[in-house]
Amino acid sequence: MSETEAAQDRACKISARNFSFFYGEHCALRDINLEIKRNQLLTIMGPSGSGKTTFLRSLNRLGDLIPGTRHEGSLEIDGTDVYSPGVDVADLRRRVGMVFALPVALPMSIFNNVAHGPRMQGIRHSKKLEKIVEKALRDAILWDEVKDRLSDHASRLSGGQLQRLSIARVLALEPEIVLLDEPTSGLDPISTLKIEELLWELVDRYTIVLVTHNPLQGARIDSETAFLLMGELVETGSAYDIFTRPKDKRTEDYVSGKFG
Amino acid sequence: MHNKETLIQWLLATVALSAIAVLALIIIFIFKEGSPVIARLGLAKFITGTKWSPTRGMFGILPMILGSVWVTLGALLIGVPMGLATAIFLAEMAPPGASRILKFAIQLLAGIPSVVFGFIGLVILVPFIRQWIGGPGFSVLAAAIVLGIMILPTIVSVCYDVFKAVPEAYREGMLALGATRWQTIKMVVLPAAKSGIIAAVILGMGRAIGETMAVIMVAGNATKIPVSPLEPVRTLTSNIALEMGYAIGEHREALFATGIVLFIIIALLNTLARIVARSEKV
Amino acid sequence: MKMTDRRITLLFTCITGLTILILVFIIGFIMVKGLPGLTLSFLLESPKEMGRTGGIFPAIVGTVLLTGMAVVIAAPVGVLTAVYLTEYTRDTWLPKIVRFGTESLAGIPSIIFGLFGFLFFVIYMDLGWSVLSGALTLSAMILPTIVRTSEEAIRAVPDAYREVSFALGSTRWQTVTSVVLPSAKPGIMTGVMLAVGRAIGETAAVIFTAGSSLRLPGTLLDSTRTLPVHFYILAREGISLENAYSTALVLILLILVINITAYAVMNRLANKGR
Ligand SMILES: Nc1ncnc2c1ncn2[C@@H]1O[C@H](COP(=O)(O)OP(=O)(O)OP(=O)(O)O)[C@@H](O)[C@H]1O
Ligand SMILES: [Mg+2]
Repeated sequence: MSETEAAQDRACKISARNFSFFYGEHCALRDINLEIKRNQLLTIMGPSGSGKTTFLRSLNRLGDLIPGTRHEGSLEIDGTDVYSPGVDVADLRRRVGMVFALPVALPMSIFNNVAHGPRMQGIRHSKKLEKIVEKALRDAILWDEVKDRLSDHASRLSGGQLQRLSIARVLALEPEIVLLDEPTSGLDPISTLKIEELLWELVDRYTIVLVTHNPLQGARIDSETAFLLMGELVETGSAYDIFTRPKDKRTEDYVSGKFG
Repeated sequence: MHNKETLIQWLLATVALSAIAVLALIIIFIFKEGSPVIARLGLAKFITGTKWSPTRGMFGILPMILGSVWVTLGALLIGVPMGLATAIFLAEMAPPGASRILKFAIQLLAGIPSVVFGFIGLVILVPFIRQWIGGPGFSVLAAAIVLGIMILPTIVSVCYDVFKAVPEAYREGMLALGATRWQTIKMVVLPAAKSGIIAAVILGMGRAIGETMAVIMVAGNATKIPVSPLEPVRTLTSNIALEMGYAIGEHREALFATGIVLFIIIALLNTLARIVARSEKV
Repeated sequence: MKMTDRRITLLFTCITGLTILILVFIIGFIMVKGLPGLTLSFLLESPKEMGRTGGIFPAIVGTVLLTGMAVVIAAPVGVLTAVYLTEYTRDTWLPKIVRFGTESLAGIPSIIFGLFGFLFFVIYMDLGWSVLSGALTLSAMILPTIVRTSEEAIRAVPDAYREVSFALGSTRWQTVTSVVLPSAKPGIMTGVMLAVGRAIGETAAVIFTAGSSLRLPGTLLDSTRTLPVHFYILAREGISLENAYSTALVLILLILVINITAYAVMNRLANKGR
């Protein structure tokens, strides 16, 4: 790796420049400018409807699936616009894993849920798949709970387990970026803490974007934080700064619980 | 990867077009075979002619057109009220458990083959009519009863779904105003389900007009215009099925021409159904 | 007020009862009349004297062959059509035409299919009265049922499954084959079984395309006779009422078993959804 490349690597994994996103006429994101560094954990906060999910779904182009959507500006990963014509969308989605707000069990066994992604990539060898599945489940701190019942239907897992299964499913593809959309919204406090701890373990290896609309969680996770409001990026900074000395009045209102 | 997906999409589109291809082939082949005789005789003479006598080269299908109409109307007269009442009972009155079992039984009725319906009509209904009501037994009436029963499952299941789609809030609103169950059904459920009921009737009509084997066995198949429900009758479908086995030359063409007329009637009904379905959406 | 309500409920109960009674009567009547003649040798022997005596073995073989082939042809086409209509409909005019085609086909009476099969498969394609002609005609006839039920089953698959699969980098086709179709499988199976039930009982479309030969078909180009056709000929030509009843019983039992299985699968689905 040359020096300039390495420098660029450290500098910036994801960068949005004047990025806007529309559902038909409705503008859900307006002129977003944001940089996310490699191996950084960025928390996006904001009230409901502020465009957090829309931003994540733009990064892996899941937004494309909805008819009538369009974007303006640029959204780059490693310096390549994800919307440029040459991009292989399936490959992009493999590199940019996503965990949804509502944990979904694909209608198959626990093992097959995790093996699904690698299989679709053409990995058929069962020993190899077993290895990948075990590693992903260990990384998601789920292995010990499910190792004896890998062939059970995944819908039998608890909500917290299912959310970690979703994370394992993404990790099995060895992505570069992991997007998590309110991964703890339906969970009890203990499962929530488990997932929050997990994030700090993963950030050494992945670039992570976490969405939450819970300011307390933002404060607890204490990472670099971006505050979105009605499709606009109001401010970014360390969680400490955002919570103790917000630059913008609207941020202050939000973190002090005045709205959202 | 991308190319493969595009290829798959095109392959799927091609497969999906097979339904329309079959439809096109049906139209092309039946019209090609049946239209020369219509052209030779003249459309008016073909559909208003009252004599069907293949040996003498006379091909008028008015008796069969009227036969199909009478038999179908009769079937609707029996099947629609019965089907509607059953659907109302199942959707609005019966306890859910009983309703599920009864609905299942009615679905089974739909599975009974038309030859069996016709046969039961032949051995039970026809003698009954001959003995207790009059005429030869083979009659418009017998065909109408058999067809009425055969279209019951269609009417019941379509109407049932329509009733179930009427929002519960409508009913609760009426019941809260002190209306009885029947008043609620009459004033809220039925009006809300009107176009769905019409669709069910049209669907049943298509079934009745197109039914062949059951009708052949009970209708008597005489080629004259019936003047009473107790007289034998021949429908468009039976006309085809009865004579296809041995018809040759112009005679066979005339049978395909009968098929064209049947096809057009069905197409008109389908169009009507589409218009009703569309008016519902608006 | 309450009086009329009660009377109407009673009336509607009676009408529903009558409907059920008709079903019970038909099945019961055929059972009682057909059971005495229904022996193992009746099922396994060939008919003699046009079916006056002997069994119905060739008709059973003919029915299974015709229906089986019709499903083997129509099921893949129907399911793929449904996949196209549900998962690939970005363009606007093509799916509209396809839908028009399947809906129109669904309304066409079986006698028209018979006429068409006779002209196209028997004569134009020169397949003669044969298993193949009959099966192809039947497959065209059951295609709309399979498309419609498969479409319903596929639409019932939650979108979340698709999203997860896409987010894992699967292509659309991979998502369809690995997630959508497996989830929709029970519903699709129900539809296919209902279509089989319909095909087994079909007479008008079959009699002019598969013919009515009483011999066992040696090849797919041989003529054959299905159970409903055999029954029709026995009953209508008055060859043997006794054998007609027993044939009808076999036919009805076959259809009932298939339909009950289909609905059982469907009910299991509905219960699982709850
Ligand atoms: N599929 C869609 N079609 C039309 N508008 C949409 C769609 N999805 C989202 N929107 C709109 O875009 C805006 C942003 O939605 P988004 O889901 O990104 O919000 P969010 O910040 O994730 O909210 P929440 O915290 O409730 O999940 C909202 O106004 C929403 O109504
Ligand atoms: Mg959201």
